Amino acid sequence: MNGPTESPAAAAREGDLIIEAGRADAHYWRDLWAYRDLLGLLTSRDIKVRYKETYLGVSWALIQSIVTNIVFTFVFGKLAGMSAGGVPYPLLVLAGQLPWQFFCAALSGSSASLISNSNLISKVYFPRLIIPLSSIGVATVEFLLVLVLYFGASIWFGRFPSWHWALLPLFIFVALTLAFGAGVWLTALTVRYRDFKYIVPFIIQVGFFISPVGFSTGVVPHWRNLLDLNPMTGVIDAFRWCLLSDGQPFDFQGISCSIAISALLALSGLWYFRKMERTMADII
Amino acid sequence: MPADPIITVESISKRYLLGHHVFDDTLRDRIARGVRSATRWARPAALSAGRAVEEFWALKDVSFELSRGQVLGIVGRNGAGKSTLLKILSRITEPTAGRIRMRGRAASLLEVGTGFHPELTGRENVYLNGAILGMRKAEIARKFDEIVAFSEIERFLDTPVKHYSSGMYVRLAFAIAAHLEPEILIVDEVLAVGDAQFQKKCLNKVSEVTHSDGRTVLFVSHNSAALQSICGVGIWLNQGRIAKQGPIGECLAAYLHTGSQRADFPVPAEDRPHITSVRVDPSALAEGRIQVEVGFKSPFPLSPPVVGVIVSSKFGYPIAGSNGRMAGASWQPKPTRAGVVTACLDHAPLHSDSYLISAYLGDAIADYDQRLDAVGFDYVSQRFHPQMPPLQVIGQGDFDWRWSLRED
Repeated sequence: MNGPTESPAAAAREGDLIIEAGRADAHYWRDLWAYRDLLGLLTSRDIKVRYKETYLGVSWALIQSIVTNIVFTFVFGKLAGMSAGGVPYPLLVLAGQLPWQFFCAALSGSSASLISNSNLISKVYFPRLIIPLSSIGVATVEFLLVLVLYFGASIWFGRFPSWHWALLPLFIFVALTLAFGAGVWLTALTVRYRDFKYIVPFIIQVGFFISPVGFSTGVVPHWRNLLDLNPMTGVIDAFRWCLLSDGQPFDFQGISCSIAISALLALSGLWYFRKMERTMADII
Repeated sequence: MPADPIITVESISKRYLLGHHVFDDTLRDRIARGVRSATRWARPAALSAGRAVEEFWALKDVSFELSRGQVLGIVGRNGAGKSTLLKILSRITEPTAGRIRMRGRAASLLEVGTGFHPELTGRENVYLNGAILGMRKAEIARKFDEIVAFSEIERFLDTPVKHYSSGMYVRLAFAIAAHLEPEILIVDEVLAVGDAQFQKKCLNKVSEVTHSDGRTVLFVSHNSAALQSICGVGIWLNQGRIAKQGPIGECLAAYLHTGSQRADFPVPAEDRPHITSVRVDPSALAEGRIQVEVGFKSPFPLSPPVVGVIVSSKFGYPIAGSNGRMAGASWQPKPTRAGVVTACLDHAPLHSDSYLISAYLGDAIADYDQRLDAVGFDYVSQRFHPQMPPLQVIGQGDFDWRWSLRED
C-alpha cells in the first residue's frame, strides 16, 4: 500500500479534493487507512494516560479480573452451587469474563469517546471513526492481557491447550465485530442524544444478568433459545468451547445468532455513524 | 484572477439553525415528536405545529481563488464567519451550499497544540499531535530532531507537558505544525500567542514556506502588522459576506475604518468647560493621517480654546502629543464657548499597531478637562519593512532613517 513516509493528506493527491454539501466522501476509506498511525497513537495515549502515575500500572486490568473472578466463583459456584460440568469453576468464569469484559470496555469506552475528544473534532479533520476505534483498541489490549492471565490460570489448573484453541482467533473476531457494531452505534447516538450517557451503563448492567458470565449455559437448558437471542451468549459459549474443551457440544445455534447480529450491528452502525459524522462538528 | 488556481471557492454558504428543537437534542424531544405526530388527528393544529426555527447564515456566497505561493489574509470582526470559512476549508464541517476545489493536500492549524495531552511528555505529544495534524509516524520520526531544535525545548522533552510554561507549550506546538509540509496551509489566529521573539520566528517560517517552497497559506489574524507583512491578498468578511477582496493593504484599511472611532461624553454635574466628544477621522486614517476632532462646551468663552492631544501606545504610554499653546503664533483662534478643534498629524510616523488618544481642554491660562485614552484606533502603515523586529523592541515610531557607511 502506501509508502512508509507518505502522509495521510497525501492520499488525496491523485485527484482534486472537492468539498461540497452532502457529498459522500469517496476518499473516506483511503483516509481511514492513511490515518492508521493516529489510531495506534490514540490507543497508546489512552492506555498510557489511564495508568500514568498509578502505582501498579497496567496490572490493574489483571487485578480487577482476578477479584471479579473470585467473587463470581464464590457467588455462583459456592453460594448458588451451580455446576461447572467438571471444569474448575474459576476457569469457567474467567473464560466467560474474557469476552464479556472486552465487550463492556469497548462499549463504554467508545460511547464516551467522541464527547471526551470533542476538542479534536472541532479543530481538525480526520475520519471520525478513528476515535471509537481507538477505544476499542484500548479494550483489545486489556483483553489480550487477561487472555495471558487465562493461559497462566489454565496451566495452573493443569489444563493444557487442545486443538480447540486454534479456533479462538475466529471467535475473538466475532467478539470484535459485535463490540464494534454496538460501540459505533452508541458512539453516534451519544453525540446526538446525550441520554445515551445514562443508557450505556444500564445496557451493561442488564446485559450482565442475561449473559452467562458467572454460570454455564449447561445449567439452564430450558432457557437456551431465549438466551441465544443475546449475541453475547453465543460468543461466551464459543470462548468456553475453545478454552475449556470440556466435552460440551459446540453450540451452532448460539454462535450463528451472534454472527448474524454482529454483522447486522456492524454494518448498520457504520452506516449510521457515517451519516452522523457530517454534522458531528456542528452539534458536539 | 490566477490562471491555475490551487484553491477555487465557489459561492460557499453555511447555514446554522438556531432554536431548541432543531437537532432533536434529547431523546425526549424525539419521542415527544413521535407522540405528537401519532396523535395529531386528535389535537388542534396549533399545538403540534409552531416550532420556531431561526436561520443564521454564518457564510453567504463566499467565492475566491488562490494560486500557488499566494498568502491570503482574512480579516473581520468576531462572528463575521472567518472561523467558519476555515472550518469548511479544513473539512471539519460541511458547507450548506457551494463548492470548493483544492488541488493539493491541505493541512490546518486552527489551534495551537490540538490534542496535546498534559500527562504525556513532550516527546509523546510530538508524535500524537503530528499524527492528529496528518503526519505519518515515520515522517514525524524523520523530522523529529528538526522539530525539537525549532522548539528550543530539548531539555524538557521527557517531561510531561503539564509542567511546561505556556511559552514552552506554544513553542513545541508550533514547531510541530511548522514542519507539516502541505501545499495548502490553513492557519487561524494562532500566532497571537507566545513571546514576541518566537512569534517573529513563526512568521518568518510562514514567509519562508510561501516564498521558497511555493506553499499557499490562508491566514486569519487580528494582528494587522503580521497580516501586512506576510499576506499578499486579503478578504474582509463582514456578516458572512465578502465586503472587500484585493490587496491586503486595501482590505485592512477598509476593515479597520469601519470601527466606531468616536467617543461622546456626558455633561458634567458642575458647570465647567468640558470635552463633549473625541473622534478619530477614519478616512484620514486610511490616507495615513491622524486627524483628531475634539468637541468642547464651556459656560464662558475659552480664550483661546486650547486642546491637547496625546497618541499613546495600546498599553497606554505616550508616544507623541501636542497642544494649541505649543503651536505658538501659528494657531490663534478667537474666543469660543462651544465647537470642535481638529488636530491633524500628516504622514504619521507610526508602525502598524493599535493606539489610544487622550484629549485635554483648557485656555491660555488653565486646564479644565481631560479624557484619558478616550478612543482607540488601529493604524495600518502603508510601509513595509522586511525583517522588522517586534514593536516591543524598536518602539512604535516609524521614522526615516538614513544609512551610510564609511570604510576604514
